[in-house]
Amino acid sequence: MKVTRRQFIEGGVAAFTVTFAAPEFFVDVARAQGAHARNLVVLYLGGGNDSLSMLVPYNDPFYRVRRPTLAVPAGQVLQIGTDGSRVALGLHPRLTGLKQIFDQGKLALIQRTGYENQSRSHFLGTDIWSTADPNNPQALGWVGRYLDSLPSPVDALAGWNTTGTLPHVLQARTAVPSIANAAGYSFLSPNGGAEAAAERETALRIASHVPVDRPELAFVYESSRAALSTLDRVASVATYRPATAYPNNGFGQAMQAVAGAMVRAIGTRVFYVTTGGFDTHSGQNVNAAGGAYFNLMATLNDGLFAFYNDLRSQGLLEDTLVLSFSEFGRRISENGSQGTDHGSASVMMAIGGRVNGGFYGTAPNLNLDPRNPTLENNAADVRYETDFRSVYAQVLDSWLGTDSVRVLGGNFRKGGLGFI
Amino acid sequence: MARTSDRRIEHLLRRAGFGARPDEIDYYTEMSVTQAVDALLNYDNIVDDVDAFIGKPGYVNTTNRGQFLPQSNIVDARQRWLFRMVHSDRPLQEKMTLFWHNHFATGYNKIAGFLGAAEATRYFAAKAEQDPGRVRGQVEMLRDNALGNFRDILVNIAKDTAMLVWLDGRTNTRAMPQENFAREIMELFTMGVGAYTEEDVYAGARVFTGWNLARPGAAADGSQHYEFVYNAAQHETNPKTFSFPIYPDGNRTIPGRSAAQGMQDGLDFIDALAASPNTARYLATKLYRFFVSEMGPVNNGFVERVASVYLQSRYDMKAVMRAVLTAPEFWDQSAYFARYSWPVEFVVRALKDIGWVGFSVNDALAPLQNMGMILYEPPDVAGWDPGQPWFSTGAMLARMNFAATLAANQRFNLATQAKLTLASRSPDTLLFHMTSALRTAPLDGGVASEWANYLRATGAWTGSDAQIQAKASGLAHLMAGSPEYQLV
Repeated sequence: MKVTRRQFIEGGVAAFTVTFAAPEFFVDVARAQGAHARNLVVLYLGGGNDSLSMLVPYNDPFYRVRRPTLAVPAGQVLQIGTDGSRVALGLHPRLTGLKQIFDQGKLALIQRTGYENQSRSHFLGTDIWSTADPNNPQALGWVGRYLDSLPSPVDALAGWNTTGTLPHVLQARTAVPSIANAAGYSFLSPNGGAEAAAERETALRIASHVPVDRPELAFVYESSRAALSTLDRVASVATYRPATAYPNNGFGQAMQAVAGAMVRAIGTRVFYVTTGGFDTHSGQNVNAAGGAYFNLMATLNDGLFAFYNDLRSQGLLEDTLVLSFSEFGRRISENGSQGTDHGSASVMMAIGGRVNGGFYGTAPNLNLDPRNPTLENNAADVRYETDFRSVYAQVLDSWLGTDSVRVLGGNFRKGGLGFI
Repeated sequence: MARTSDRRIEHLLRRAGFGARPDEIDYYTEMSVTQAVDALLNYDNIVDDVDAFIGKPGYVNTTNRGQFLPQSNIVDARQRWLFRMVHSDRPLQEKMTLFWHNHFATGYNKIAGFLGAAEATRYFAAKAEQDPGRVRGQVEMLRDNALGNFRDILVNIAKDTAMLVWLDGRTNTRAMPQENFAREIMELFTMGVGAYTEEDVYAGARVFTGWNLARPGAAADGSQHYEFVYNAAQHETNPKTFSFPIYPDGNRTIPGRSAAQGMQDGLDFIDALAASPNTARYLATKLYRFFVSEMGPVNNGFVERVASVYLQSRYDMKAVMRAVLTAPEFWDQSAYFARYSWPVEFVVRALKDIGWVGFSVNDALAPLQNMGMILYEPPDVAGWDPGQPWFSTGAMLARMNFAATLAANQRFNLATQAKLTLASRSPDTLLFHMTSALRTAPLDGGVASEWANYLRATGAWTGSDAQIQAKASGLAHLMAGSPEYQLV
């Protein structure tokens, strides 16, 4: 019989109570124990989110000057107060659900997150945000390294990627399942009855042994084994029927699957979801209903709000943290195509029952003066104030209960980031 | 179906093609390896009539929704491409087309959002001789130039309608240069990240100002279409300076030119990118991963050698591919089964190995999506993320399930073949018969005996039709769904 992680932790705690030995072990177990019911949902906004349209500094005079067609009128933003630098901020008008979450103190907006010499490449940028390592963007993902740091053996469903192919952020030595559609997660056979059962048994028996000295093949074996050994648990998620209606789009359905996995308590700790289309070089159309960016906000808002309400009614909100990232923010001034080009720092969001909502960090001042310290690249882009790895560190230390220094390979802890 | 053949020919056809149909095995096994490489490279000697067999008996089926319209219906375009992968007698052309499609990755959905579904399909898949406006879709262009000159391909891509929409070149104007295409042509199409600066991106955007779209033709006869136009009034005429040489003399500045002459800026820039040693190495590295091996580090000797062929031949991809397919690294035993098959490689190879009669490629489209690959819809401009990322659990399950679907479809054929070859006599003869038909990477210890045990499970061996149908299809399912079969 396989020992699940939960059993391991419970056993570990019992062992400690008896012996009072091994302080290092105590720390590990306490961390793991503290984390055992907590879920992390990593949300990737694909393409480089124009966070200035999501969290709008609507009174900054340069905002309107630099975005003559894209600026959201002050009268339309959803005003949510002023940050530490007394910049008045408002959410995009379509983020009505997020406004409610903010008002309930469960949405943290971490402004000007990024890093030095931020890459404007989608791919290098995504690699860097995924690995938390600008110097080695081919490394395993930071969430993957977290999974690898869990006591072995790591359960095959410890992570769940809701997209078709494994994102870099979840790349790990541990095989992380990608299950885009729980309902289609079943074992087909050309035969029925006993023959089909024999095929499945044979496939599972073969997949359960590990090829020696052939790591490239062993990887495929592990995927195979993970698929075959999790079929039944995943099937239980497919039958989840939430009381809350989720949007019938990819993101909404992914959020429903995540909620289903939580409700069915199949043991998953880390989820990855994404919603794309943020590479708005042209026709960004922030304001009109049905416009490109307006639709992006609609998808984001409706999926997250349904999830939030569902978890709240299921009593799972306290166990859940959603953390968003995007590979970069966008250029402050709009381009000639009513869009925005690749930029630098942007806004991260954290949502959850134990989130200390509000503003973290300060908004950029959009003044075109090249010496403007909140901007870079001759005042073209937003300069980072909070290293994104400090946000990860906060999540690792204070939510997942692990040691961020070990996972991130350095001490990125920073004060003033107590959003969780 | 059991066959004896040269393992080297099989390796060559897995890489330069999508595996081998029985008739391909027969055809190429008659040749020496050198002759086979020649035949694959010189596909111009073989008539390109594969599309004419769509819908004909004896070939894999396609599914019509009223009419079969690959020029204007993206699902039909996908079916046609899969059909070509199965049945073309120019396998390397189809394989290179896939390589280029991934290299110049352009996604249908964004184009359809701008132009509508039928028009968007046109700019990917139209054949010029069948289009009232003589539109040639992007992937047809890549197919026509599959072993052409890389510089010519770059010029065609820079003027390609789908690309001008995909990377927003259509909106690149003097007052507001658009950086999207300029960045990606350097980062993803030629030199690679790290070989250029942010300032180069800004200058590159200015180079392509005025490379926009026009819409000539008449609506009435369907000839109206979008096509590239150099819009002199929208070209920014100042000099553009780069961090790398633009001209053979080392000059880094594209001179100021009149607006009328300004299109030459982009051609000079493309010449510079094509001639860059960074481009040569970037392409050689990608070719190594796609054709030679995904295991271990990229072989530097290979990269330097292929890069120098690229530069010396002035970007002739046929010369480059000859260097790839004759490289000692390609023929080294360690390169056999050293790649993770892409979903379409897996699907097409399984069709060729297990059989296609009565199966429609339309029924491979949803499984392919579950495996992470939709033709004409790469996830982003960087293309698919090949290698281990193909093998998420969900994708692996989709592969196993496709193997099951295919085996179910071929139950009777598999049984008939087993009978004809006397493979039905015992579990061992059936196993031998099947392992000859579905080549895999060396099996891990115990796998063959597990398969043999499966053949003996659920009752005594009788060799009856019903038993052979069940066991041959069950075994085909297990084999094509095995980890070893996923390697090519």
